Amino acid sequence: MNSTSATISPVTVLAGAPAERGLLSWVATVDHKRIGILYLVTTFGFFLVGGVEALLIRLQLAVPNNTFLKPETFNQLFTMHGTTMIFLVVMPALIGFANYFVPLMIGARDMAFPRLNTMSYWLLIFGGLLLHFSVLTGAAPAAGWFSYAPLSETPFSSSTGLDYWIMALLILGVGSVAGAINMIVTILTLRAPGMTLRRVPLFVWMIFINSFLIIAAIPVLNAAIVMLLIDRQLEAHFFLGIQGGSPLLWQHFFWTFGHPEVYIMALPAFGMISEVIPVFSRKPIFGYSFVAASTVAIALLSFGVWAHHMFTVGLGHTADLFFAAASMAIAVPTGVKVFNWIATMWGGSIRFTTAMCFAIAFIIQFVVGGLSGITFAVAPVDWQMHNTYYLVAHFHYVLFGGTLFGMLAGLYYWFPKMSGRLLSEKLGKWQFWLAVLGFNLTFFVQHLLGFMGMPRQVYTYPDLPGWGAVNLLSTIGAFILGFSMLLLGANILWSLLRGQPATDNPWDAWTLEWATTSPPPAHNFQSVPPIRGRRPLWDLAHPSQTDAKNATATPPGESAPEKNKALMIVFIVSEGFFFLMLVIAYLYFGRTPGAGPTAASSLNVGRTALFTICLFASSFTVWRAERGFKRKDRAAMNGWLAVTVLLGAVFLTGQATEYWGMFERGVTVNTNLFASSFFTLTGFHGLHVCIGLIALLIVLGLTRRGEARDFQSPALATVGLYWHFVDGVWVVVFSVIYLRLLL
Amino acid sequence: MIWFAAINPVLSPMSPQARALSNVFEVTLAVCGVIFLIVTGLIAWCVLRYRMSDPGVEPRQSGGNSKLEATWTLASVMVLIFLFVLTVQAMRISDAPMDREPDLTVIGHQWWWEVRYANGTVTANEIHIPTQSDMLVRVDSADVIHSFWVPQLGRKIDAIPGHLNHLWIRADQAGQYLGACAVFCGAQHAWMRILVVAQSPQEFGEWNAQQAPPAKAPSTPGGLRGEHVFLQQTCVGCHSIRGVNANTQVGPDLTHFASRQTIGAGVLENNAADVRRWLTDPQRIKPGCYMPDFHLTGSNVEDLAAFFETLK
Repeated sequence: MNSTSATISPVTVLAGAPAERGLLSWVATVDHKRIGILYLVTTFGFFLVGGVEALLIRLQLAVPNNTFLKPETFNQLFTMHGTTMIFLVVMPALIGFANYFVPLMIGARDMAFPRLNTMSYWLLIFGGLLLHFSVLTGAAPAAGWFSYAPLSETPFSSSTGLDYWIMALLILGVGSVAGAINMIVTILTLRAPGMTLRRVPLFVWMIFINSFLIIAAIPVLNAAIVMLLIDRQLEAHFFLGIQGGSPLLWQHFFWTFGHPEVYIMALPAFGMISEVIPVFSRKPIFGYSFVAASTVAIALLSFGVWAHHMFTVGLGHTADLFFAAASMAIAVPTGVKVFNWIATMWGGSIRFTTAMCFAIAFIIQFVVGGLSGITFAVAPVDWQMHNTYYLVAHFHYVLFGGTLFGMLAGLYYWFPKMSGRLLSEKLGKWQFWLAVLGFNLTFFVQHLLGFMGMPRQVYTYPDLPGWGAVNLLSTIGAFILGFSMLLLGANILWSLLRGQPATDNPWDAWTLEWATTSPPPAHNFQSVPPIRGRRPLWDLAHPSQTDAKNATATPPGESAPEKNKALMIVFIVSEGFFFLMLVIAYLYFGRTPGAGPTAASSLNVGRTALFTICLFASSFTVWRAERGFKRKDRAAMNGWLAVTVLLGAVFLTGQATEYWGMFERGVTVNTNLFASSFFTLTGFHGLHVCIGLIALLIVLGLTRRGEARDFQSPALATVGLYWHFVDGVWVVVFSVIYLRLLL
Repeated sequence: MIWFAAINPVLSPMSPQARALSNVFEVTLAVCGVIFLIVTGLIAWCVLRYRMSDPGVEPRQSGGNSKLEATWTLASVMVLIFLFVLTVQAMRISDAPMDREPDLTVIGHQWWWEVRYANGTVTANEIHIPTQSDMLVRVDSADVIHSFWVPQLGRKIDAIPGHLNHLWIRADQAGQYLGACAVFCGAQHAWMRILVVAQSPQEFGEWNAQQAPPAKAPSTPGGLRGEHVFLQQTCVGCHSIRGVNANTQVGPDLTHFASRQTIGAGVLENNAADVRRWLTDPQRIKPGCYMPDFHLTGSNVEDLAAFFETLK
């Protein structure tokens, strides 16, 4: 294997197998490795865009009362900078690494659903382009990456920039959720024999947990931005502070997504660090199970800390104290990780490669960001420092000094595997030291600006004592940092053209991706080595000193779920979070019914109950159809399927009748908050019923054409699950909207 | 210490409320500083002590230690419990419950602050308070979310449409205290600054007595012409001058404009030259603000400036 990788030419480095040559093959590819590279190249492009935006921001702020940029331009720049870096750089770059390495690290041939994987990537491209298309309309979004209502509502942001922002985020969100579902199913079903969940590399484990965060958090954002879009396009007022609309609900929704999002951007980097530090310390990770378990703790806690972004909105001391305590609690599992990384280095034999240098800098800088995070958890400190430059410094220490440095460690570590060539260590060290200098110069001094009283997101500032000097230092740092990233680009280019060929395992590492060639063949492995512990290649090299004594290659009792069913279940969980938010919105606005129509005055419980019975009955009929399928009884299956479709259609007709009646009485989606939240909730449910009907019809068509001849296809079972979910949602919706009227 | 207050208002509190905040901040920073030193010290030790010397020799392969894990988990929990107790105490002092009607109301607008006192005084961007006295401020918004923040006097709190908030501010010593809007609120968020002027109770009383009554009619010819321009042009559509025109509250109340220190929520100083600059081209000075450029003639600008000078 070593000899083949040493002789490949630069042109073939990225081209893969001979059958997959040329530019078009990249467009058509479904290979997880090539998609991973596409992700990374794309995000590097967006990283340059976001970086230039950052440098323009710093130029404008270099001196007081500067007029280099117009205020509106500046506001667009920081909005685009935040949105780009979060949704088009950090998230997809981490997904790109996961795409390339998760299948390799678990000894799989590809992702569970290669074509779904391709779709996720292309949604990233289209979402990113759509977001930037707003620039061409002359009005990029300018309400900050969190688009606080009511500033983000039509009366205060009337140009189309925010609509592009919403649509782009929806598209990117769908892609992220699809990618996360794919990851979960891949890790659940495609692990090589012996690769139990307790043995997967920590990077895989973190991606696994991270994917659950994505499928839960992104739908929350989707629900919020869909409501914002309904406000903007259909003239509802969910988040306007008039007639019962609530700007605070936007913040609750946004940060319920937004705080898990912080961990979505951090956990995979934790995973990379947990790979890099052991390899270059020549020791296994210290406290594997503690690092793994603390990740689960972080994921769960991350959904209970959102309002620490809202200490200044005046929620009252009880709420503030609860969220202060929860935010402090989440520091514990994070701190556990830091101590475990240090304990891994302790007593090791450390090689200071560029990857390891970035990993060490990651720990120190992440600790700075984590500690300033603790000061924010102390709510009274937040009352002072919230939305100042101290906050800007804090989250850049977490996301740049932490996540991005972690990704750079991962890049220097894995680049030889992806390209078959080593990066220059000399250029790497230059980049490392310039990045450390530039980063800390840019952002450390911003802590001081916070103490000086400088708010964030200001396009300029008065010439108060010290402000100009400190801002200038920060700007100088930003340009050093920017230059260091150009060095990275140069290093990559140099390596691809002239770099020293990499062996299969240049770092003498232990996980499975190093057991194949660099770069791996299209099918990944000639043969997967036996897996008896967490470090298969260590065990192979040190048979007398293996990690796990008495471990068998295939422990009994682990059977993988069927992948289509697993996909549908995870998808349903994700959809559940979306509907949960819409139900919460309905209940929230129902507390204080304003003027105009109400549920009691608009809805006919008895009539809807009849249609509801039809929908519930269809759950039974689809189950009978599945039973027919299992018994290979085609007539029964087709018959029950047809009845199911019919019942679904009756339900939809009922809903249409109800809508029509309301329209005739002048009740539409923008009439009042009852109407807005009613139509949003039932409308999205109706949309899901439609999609379910189409899926059922496709299954029916397939079986009638005899494609499911062998009775092996999982299509019916999978669609059946979805149909049960649609019915289940209606149980909740019917209870919340209709049955409540009977109480 | 004046220079320190100028560059570090957050840690130069001037009220018991702000002092509670800065005290808890200082303790938290000290605790975090110690943790940082411990962590970097351990890393530095690893870097210096465990550098690879012989690539052929693998170190001892230890995979974990539950006692150690329990130790640092518990230690972190103890530190955080300590910080939580401080949090509770600081919240109680710095943000006492409201126990009476507010002394003044501050309303955030895009991009200026309206200030209304219980006795009818209305001003903008400049808040006068008596020293040594707890002032209860109601914070409201006329449009989007803003945030009221004067670091030396107390906490910050958001101005949210449909959600009234309150905060206590106080200044132990006379002086001028700077603040700003601290939530991004649109094009001119940068120029939504706050100036709090703390005066002895007697001086404050005098100030308030001067601010409460309507404007005196101008007596100079320029002032009279300026008043005419003010009423003829669309100025009156947005700005109110009590005693001169009806009560429109779109833009800042100008009744005692000449007594204020800044124009445009801090973007210019309030002097004769800057008033003229502002009137000539507000969109160049504060682009995006709601005051349009009226293309006033030079003499109109002169007359208006003369009129505004009379609005003491």
